[in-house]
Amino acid sequence: MNAQLLTTLTWLIPAMPIAAFFIIALFAWRSRTLSWIIAWVAIISSLVMSWTVAISVLGRGLHVLEEHPEQIAGAVQWLPLGDFYQGQWLKMGVAVDPLGAIMLLMVSFATTMIFVYSVGYHNWGHGLGKHKGEPQHDMTEEPLLARFFGYMCLFGGSMLLLVVADNLLLLFVGWELMGFCSYSLIGFWYARNYPQHQEITRIPPREAAKKAFMTTRIADVVMLLGIVFFWWAFGTLDFSEAFTAESFEQVINLVGFGGLGIMTLLLFTGTVGKSAQWPLHVWLPDAMEGPTPVSAIIHAAAMVSAGIFMLLRIFPLIAVSIEGTPYVGLVIAGIGAFTALMAATIALAQYDVKGVLAYSTISQLGFMVAAVGLGAYVPAAFHLITHAFFKALLFLASGSVIHGMEHGAVHVHDHHHDPQDMRNMGGLRHKMPVTFWTFLIGGLALAGFPFITAGFWSKDEIFAEAWYQWSHDAKLLALVVFITLAVAALLTAFYTARQISMTFLGKPRTELAEHAHESSPFMTVPLVLLAVFAVTAGWSGISDRFLGTDGIFYNFFHHYAGAQYFHLMEELHELGLVAHTFETLPWSWIPLIVSLVVALGGLALGWWVYGRRPLESGQPDPMIRTLGPAHGFLNNKWGWDGLYQRLFIGPTAYFSEKIAYELIDRNIIDGILHGIARAFYRTGAAFKRFEEVVISSGVDKIKDGFLSFAKEFRYLQTGKVQEYALISVFIATALAVVVLLINSGLLANIFN
Amino acid sequence: MDFPYLSIIALSPILFAVLILMLPKERGENARMLGLAAMVLGLVLSLYVYIATYQSLPEAGAPWAESLRFVEEHSWVPALDLNYIVGVDGLSATLVLLTSIVGLGGVLVSWSIEDRPREFYAFFMLLVAGVHGVFVAVDAFLLFFFYELAVLPMYVLIVVWGWKVSREYAAMKLTLYLLIGSFVSFIAFLVLYFTPVDGGAPLRTFDLRIWSEASFAFNIQIIWFMPLFLGFGVLAGLWPFHNWSPDGHVAAPTAVSMIHAGVLMKLGAYAAMRVGIQLLPEGAVYWLPFILLLTLVNVVYGAFIAMRQKDMKYLIGYSSVSHMGLVSMGFAALTIAGFTGAGIQMVSHGIMTALFFSVVGMIYDRAHTRDMDELSGMRRALPWTVVAFIIGGLVSMGMPGLSGFIAEFPIFLGVWNGNSLDLNAVFGLNPSNYYGLVAIISVLGIIITAGYVLRAIQSVFFGEYDAEKWHDMRPLMGIDKLVLVGFSVILIVIGVYPAVIAPIVTSGMEPVVERLNVAQQAAQFHGGTLAGSAQHLLEIVAANLSSWLGGA
Repeated sequence: MNAQLLTTLTWLIPAMPIAAFFIIALFAWRSRTLSWIIAWVAIISSLVMSWTVAISVLGRGLHVLEEHPEQIAGAVQWLPLGDFYQGQWLKMGVAVDPLGAIMLLMVSFATTMIFVYSVGYHNWGHGLGKHKGEPQHDMTEEPLLARFFGYMCLFGGSMLLLVVADNLLLLFVGWELMGFCSYSLIGFWYARNYPQHQEITRIPPREAAKKAFMTTRIADVVMLLGIVFFWWAFGTLDFSEAFTAESFEQVINLVGFGGLGIMTLLLFTGTVGKSAQWPLHVWLPDAMEGPTPVSAIIHAAAMVSAGIFMLLRIFPLIAVSIEGTPYVGLVIAGIGAFTALMAATIALAQYDVKGVLAYSTISQLGFMVAAVGLGAYVPAAFHLITHAFFKALLFLASGSVIHGMEHGAVHVHDHHHDPQDMRNMGGLRHKMPVTFWTFLIGGLALAGFPFITAGFWSKDEIFAEAWYQWSHDAKLLALVVFITLAVAALLTAFYTARQISMTFLGKPRTELAEHAHESSPFMTVPLVLLAVFAVTAGWSGISDRFLGTDGIFYNFFHHYAGAQYFHLMEELHELGLVAHTFETLPWSWIPLIVSLVVALGGLALGWWVYGRRPLESGQPDPMIRTLGPAHGFLNNKWGWDGLYQRLFIGPTAYFSEKIAYELIDRNIIDGILHGIARAFYRTGAAFKRFEEVVISSGVDKIKDGFLSFAKEFRYLQTGKVQEYALISVFIATALAVVVLLINSGLLANIFN
Repeated sequence: MDFPYLSIIALSPILFAVLILMLPKERGENARMLGLAAMVLGLVLSLYVYIATYQSLPEAGAPWAESLRFVEEHSWVPALDLNYIVGVDGLSATLVLLTSIVGLGGVLVSWSIEDRPREFYAFFMLLVAGVHGVFVAVDAFLLFFFYELAVLPMYVLIVVWGWKVSREYAAMKLTLYLLIGSFVSFIAFLVLYFTPVDGGAPLRTFDLRIWSEASFAFNIQIIWFMPLFLGFGVLAGLWPFHNWSPDGHVAAPTAVSMIHAGVLMKLGAYAAMRVGIQLLPEGAVYWLPFILLLTLVNVVYGAFIAMRQKDMKYLIGYSSVSHMGLVSMGFAALTIAGFTGAGIQMVSHGIMTALFFSVVGMIYDRAHTRDMDELSGMRRALPWTVVAFIIGGLVSMGMPGLSGFIAEFPIFLGVWNGNSLDLNAVFGLNPSNYYGLVAIISVLGIIITAGYVLRAIQSVFFGEYDAEKWHDMRPLMGIDKLVLVGFSVILIVIGVYPAVIAPIVTSGMEPVVERLNVAQQAAQFHGGTLAGSAQHLLEIVAANLSSWLGGA
């Protein structure tokens, strides 16, 4: 295919869904059916184009890609910055390189699956629902379906835009548009309210939306500063222009390693917000308040993946910073590892079926961030892709579970039990077989079930890299990360087994679960397709030297994703700016054994606690007794929300109300102003008394008129034209006096 | 150009005002037709001027006098060499267009005004004329004249048609602030008029083209820059002289709020830039690093206060203070990126606040309250306003893809670039030490902006809708929708394709920044410690005072 056509197709990949958003918003919003058809057409054409472009790029062969990673590029002039007479414009363009191509494959596919699923999820064709802005508990069609698909199109389009962006600013555009879409979609059920006392404490969707937007926004503006710094240091925002060995040398001369480290951390803050890392992770669990397809797109295809993707995009910068300033690696890997462990512990004690998955996402993202912090580019990218597949699968499957439970609720007219609470489930294996098997595959992938599932291979890569850095370079940080992630992986396998057991095994614990039934093909077909990828995606990244062999396995993913920065890393390595190039690691048994032990051990332990003797109705979680008060702490999510409320939100409100407004604005500034006004008035009053005593009453009248100047102005309200004319005359006279004063040379004398 | 486009743009509203006043009383509603005619005429002409200016952008490095287009020159008071000179460069052509757009919007949203429509429209026309006049004036006296012409109708419009609770207080506060500010500036004008230049005779002219090429003595520059800049800066809402503005917004009727926040505050920033920075570049280089700190307070402080407001107009009023702080911050960045951003921010904020105020006006006309605690669920009754308010809100929080981002990004770039300025200016402030820090702190303002915008959207438009309480709610008129759509489209177009505005704004800023660059290189600042520079300043003031007294 010729280059021009491919560039056009690349532009069209994000343009199609974004155009669909506008078409739905402006023209098609009256028809729900037409809206989803438009959305499907847009996203499927994006899927076709994405795969065409990606396969065409990847098909050019490893050698070509390593020489020229950026295979497709096109840019237009956008904003003049600097000396625009000399043509210094900021260009906006698209580019597809190996990393982008791999990402396109994943994003377009997962998004399409979610779009297909959404039609079933919103009960299309089951009679029009009556409750705008609330979930339809009677399983009728969502009345605002057009709006839903409009925003979903914009969401998908923004993510695709971010993937194909050739510069940091366009990436940021997609990034922020996603923030807005997530706000609109998390708060999609804006009218939903929860009763005062809930078994699982939830905040209403509109609050959750605000929280998500504000939290990520804080990170985004810091990231914007990073972009500004980047532009200042590199003189460009274009990735391929900025990331060359020469420009790194120049930038290091300009800002030093310290400056580079700060730049990296500013940009990294964007990821902390978007990819929900501690301390800004609090929005993601509450983002569950949106409809489940929204959760899936946030957790898998878009939003949180975008944060990691951005880190991968700027990986050369991170690699140089890690090498130049040790604290950068410490901060990134430390935050990642801590988040991975913390979120995994919280997930142990959640009862909301989506809540468990939400924390597992945070935890898995922590794995990726920790990998990036160790300079493990390929493992992070690999885990990003595999995680997206199995997490999209898990979310859609959990949505299917909730959907089935809600069907049960309609059937038995029980709206008292929470259909999302795992304690109310049980025994769904026979009621919803497709959902069960696909959920099981997703769950095993998440737990890292050995050799078959994708999650195993990608986690194993991260362990291998961390272990290599410890055993080879004696990097203490790598060992700490290795151990932390191993513990987190153990917990992951444990809570996955817990979730599967509580949801699907045993006997139904409520009438809801008793009467649940399988979802429609709109929902199950995407599950099956995603399940295929949740298994096979991992086979593309089996280490070349797996089990010490040589030449049997081919690590397709490692070579192709690595081609992105292969040459650059070699050049930087020669300059001594980075420690490692993308070499194939020597074989070591230890990481393999560790990942086998944690995955199988965690699953076995979870099955032993929850699966062997499934919970009975009304029986409390056995872990409550085992963990004691710690369980409450974990169930309360370590109490971050309350802490932030007291630490930031409260003081901000206090400052704006009491200090900025009341004290400074009203008391000090206005106080001074009124003081001056009063002083003038008093002076006037003093003059008045003086005049009353000294000057005759004839003059008094004029002066009285003058003093009550302000009151007299009320006569304007009579609206008589002649009086306006009088004012005009007054103004004109005043001006004339000024002119005369100047003319007479009086002022000139004063000034000369 | 022979045809006097600019004079017609600036003066025709006055003519229309007279025509409107001559209408018989019982045909008062015809006033709005005349007002509309005036605004449409202005819009068409300013669009032509904008396009023509865009098509003939000046050469790189051209001095300001050569970058002016559509120049008209007539003698006014020959004895004083007061002349009627008008012309536009890239920036003022843009702002003239902005004024016409907002003015047209203002007439349209006031369509159903019933209280003395003739007088209302007449004063509104005068206000627009004054604003146009300032933007096209190339003569300092003319600029001052139009400036006053813009301020006085504001007073009347607020006092007569304003919100009954606070209109007299607000109008008086506004007028006094602005008059005092402008008189301070005017004194500075007189100084420039009478001061000898380069050891020779004083210029004795108000022609800005001549002033902009004269180099005033360094001491004059550093003394008179502040009065000149702050005098006009008051109108741009510069902290701590911002206080009149939210009060004024609240008290003013909708159309006047739109003009006030949308254009009038830009007038202050424009005049501060045009006569302050452009005429006294060395003074600017000396003082702007200090002013940057004030603008930082503006941005953060305005946002904080906006967050606690319950009255929607106060909220927007304080958010204007915050956003206008960004304009001044762009100037204080001393770089072309900052100036370009400031110019785009003027337009972006102008349209955005006009949009905000029109939404609030539409709600207030129907609900008779602007209290965010009372309003709820307006989405049901007035669906168009939700979309408009959300678009405005996204602009104000700098969402990429909308015009606010196109403005804020260059401003931050500009301020961050200040890290490479090595000046030891007033109070020993050296930009390279803290400009980066200012950029970092000011993003706090943007975060909080997102907070208050979301809060307003949530509490006003979403939530429960009380059908009984709002039983007399009438839907929006077609005209209202037209205004909302028009403003929104402009915000989106600029955001997606900034080339419609960015080059022309840059071309207007280029000569000013060029002068600043020269001044930076020539700057010999004594700086040093706080006490040292204060003493130095005092010495200069004393020396000048004694020389004037000696002269008298």
